[in-house]
Amino acid sequence: MRYIFVIFSLVFLTFSAGLAQVDTLGADSTLLNIAPPAPISNLTVYDKANDHGHALILEWKPSPDDAAGKNTVMMYEIYRSESPDGPFENIGSVPSGNSRYDNIGILEKEARDYIPDNTDLYYRVDAVTINPEIRTSSEIFGPVRSYSNWFHRGRVPVLFAVLIFGGLMMYFVSVARKGAELYVRPLAGIAAVDDAIGRATEMGRPILYILGLGTADMISTIASFTILSRVAKQVAEYQTQLIVPCYDPIVMTVAQEVVKSSYLDAGHPDAYNDDMVFYITTNQFAYVAAVNGIMMRELPATNVYMGKFYAESLILAETGAVAGSIQIAGTDEVGQLPFFIVACDYTLIGEELYAASAYLGREPLMLGSLKAQDYAKAAVIILSILGIIAANFGWTAFTNIFKVLD
Amino acid sequence: MTNKQDTNIFNRMMSIDRRWVFLLLIVVCVTAYFLPFSVPILVEPEVAVIHEFIDTLPPGSIVFLAIDYDPASLAELHPMTYALLEQCFRRNLRVMCTALHPNGPSMAEAAFLAVADSCRLDKTYNGEFFPAREVVNGVDYCFLGYKPYPALVILGMGTNFRLPFPSDYYGTPLDSIPLMKGVQNYDQTACVVNISGTSGTEYWISYGQGRFNFPLALGVTGVMGAEYYPYLNSGQVFGYMAGMLGAAQYEKLADNPGKAIIAMKVQLYAHFLIIFFIIIGNIGFFMDKFKKNREGR
Amino acid sequence: MKRQIPIFLVFVFGVFMVFQYFSPHEASEWIYKFLMDWIYIIGIFAMALGIWSLIHVSYDKIKHKRHDWGYSVVTLAALFTMMFFGITGFNENGEWGFYFMTQEGLTNPMFRNFFNHILVPIETTMFSLLAFFIASAAYRAFRARNVLATMLLVSALIVMLRFNPYFGDTFGFYMNKTAAWLLNVPNMAAKRAILIGIGLGMVGTALKVILGIERGYMGKG
Repeated sequence: MRYIFVIFSLVFLTFSAGLAQVDTLGADSTLLNIAPPAPISNLTVYDKANDHGHALILEWKPSPDDAAGKNTVMMYEIYRSESPDGPFENIGSVPSGNSRYDNIGILEKEARDYIPDNTDLYYRVDAVTINPEIRTSSEIFGPVRSYSNWFHRGRVPVLFAVLIFGGLMMYFVSVARKGAELYVRPLAGIAAVDDAIGRATEMGRPILYILGLGTADMISTIASFTILSRVAKQVAEYQTQLIVPCYDPIVMTVAQEVVKSSYLDAGHPDAYNDDMVFYITTNQFAYVAAVNGIMMRELPATNVYMGKFYAESLILAETGAVAGSIQIAGTDEVGQLPFFIVACDYTLIGEELYAASAYLGREPLMLGSLKAQDYAKAAVIILSILGIIAANFGWTAFTNIFKVLD
Repeated sequence: MTNKQDTNIFNRMMSIDRRWVFLLLIVVCVTAYFLPFSVPILVEPEVAVIHEFIDTLPPGSIVFLAIDYDPASLAELHPMTYALLEQCFRRNLRVMCTALHPNGPSMAEAAFLAVADSCRLDKTYNGEFFPAREVVNGVDYCFLGYKPYPALVILGMGTNFRLPFPSDYYGTPLDSIPLMKGVQNYDQTACVVNISGTSGTEYWISYGQGRFNFPLALGVTGVMGAEYYPYLNSGQVFGYMAGMLGAAQYEKLADNPGKAIIAMKVQLYAHFLIIFFIIIGNIGFFMDKFKKNREGR
Repeated sequence: MKRQIPIFLVFVFGVFMVFQYFSPHEASEWIYKFLMDWIYIIGIFAMALGIWSLIHVSYDKIKHKRHDWGYSVVTLAALFTMMFFGITGFNENGEWGFYFMTQEGLTNPMFRNFFNHILVPIETTMFSLLAFFIASAAYRAFRARNVLATMLLVSALIVMLRFNPYFGDTFGFYMNKTAAWLLNVPNMAAKRAILIGIGLGMVGTALKVILGIERGYMGKG
């Protein structure tokens, strides 16, 4: 009985192994026997517009055997050469179903993906089947060249906006220079700065000025420097103490310079020392811990927060409130405004921070630029209303004027 | 502040010392954390879409994970990273990762190590059995590490990952990493998921998605939640997880309950306490006004 | 003269940056990248200045035994300890040495331990303080003083309660819808209005800086 079973098993195994072999052979033979697919058609290659060159775009009509017909196209391989006779080099591939390839090169000559500018190039696209040996090449397209563009045409609307805004500003600055009276709405937060410095002097306690977490290239930090220079000048005149802990080392270096010149302008250069403005750390919450420590130890009469603030805004402002300081804040970080409004006595909202320097200086030139901003804002409101109407009526011609391409 | 005639009960309701608020809040948080109960979690479509997207990717696809947070926001964001990474590795997807925040690399590394550990066990998620597997650096994931100036790095990676990162975080040249073979730029990745506690998210939206048009999903802290929500409506972002709630929803979807689901009970009862204080304050305010009006008359 | 040279430099580079936005040409891109490299370089030098400033301020406090000078000792000790472990370590052969910006320095176990077991918990704690401050700020701020404040209060309650799982499906659904509307419509409208103002303000300030009208950052208010 046992022998019968063994023989039966052996026969079975041999038979199934044979079957498996037949099966693989079958698969191989189908792979080998795929008919070459139809080639792609209408291959066009053109220079990528509005770029730094070294890039071309290929477009084609897919092979009739792509997701239809014999359905054998798996992908398209793209080949490039500097001569129509070759040699052609494979530069990339896209899965079937695509009819476009962006051949974006690298700017460095040594890199493999480098595409020379102003040089004749020839392209070919192969429709490739599951067996990479079986493929059909398209006709060769060329010559085509890539160029570097001096002007980005997609940004014309921005250029116009900048020119109009710049023109408005020049106009109002010249009007202001001639001595015209320009009215600007008073800002309670800015008026409070003067009182707060007076209060600090009376109480004999320092003023803490926080420039925020921004870097020196941020507009909010630049605006904060201007306010700092004004505050420092008054502090120097009143002979009060000023503390400026910094988050960014570049900001610290600039702030030291700002405070130093303000003390010089106020006629007290000797009262300045570099340790008024110091660096703490570029780690958000370590910075907060340090500043909170300063608040609780030094109990400043006034805390001024001007610049870029993130999650630390409320932690700083609430600690300041616990320490009993008068607090004035200003930021263009919209998400943090509610926190400052709740915890501070005065808050400059968004652009008021930038406007503050103009109020503080009361220089006609600065006021002139504020006027220009007001007119620009009126223009934005009018255009927005027109845009809403146009979008609702489907007047795309109007909305397209403002389209900016990247 | 403690004017004698103002110390009636309503006035006191209006001006509870903040330390009482702090104390009650910590009591509620600790109690809710340790009591063994759970709160139901409702899943929102913007979270579900991320889970669905990753679940249906073919094996071998590359998910690009941008981890831009530091220890400060780890509580909210780590659960998202863990659940997402585990899902990717269980589904045999490959993961590329950058950390464009100075303290991000240690966050990313911690997540990779923890999830690789977890993958060494057989697990069943949503009724589907996943056998144990070994997650290998360089094959299953590639961690590029940190580079300053996120905008420049994101733009650079659009051309080629090798531009900003010639080698990975551990110093291995990208060309000798198996996962990076044939991987040039975002075109070879299925999607980018940015889990972020910083404003770097803006760069991923404007310089990354805006320029290179890849599918982008966000996981952000609760504080940032409202700020980036509009990008979901505008279609620049296809999925969105905000704060602990988003993380808990993802854990629920992935059937991988972790810290976020526990934290949700804490968050819910902390909200109740805050609302309770707001109501107390308002009752005090109105009764005080009412009383003063009557006395005035 | 001392003021004119910086203003001239600001003008030249400011105008170049405007030009660069409109010109994608390889040459303009090359200059742009070249200038961006300067930011890294300046940043590194400024970092050295920053660390020097921190050391100087702390040392001064300790030397003169100013109020709470003990904290300065902690600061300096922490700074030097982390620096030491960050640039030293053991290589593959177990030899100790200085490794600046290399694998050995970055993976120094003590550096990692300090980071993972001291910095991480401290930072997380600092951030979680926010929850306490939000609670106390909400308690003080949300008072129905007038119609507008009442609207703010009601909206806040709706948004806070939107995901309350105890509301049941129907009520919860409407609550969620209302909260989403509040966030996406009135909140967004106000936010965008502020953002447009900020955008114009930024361009205005940038132009003022380029044209030399605003010189506050040079200490001339």
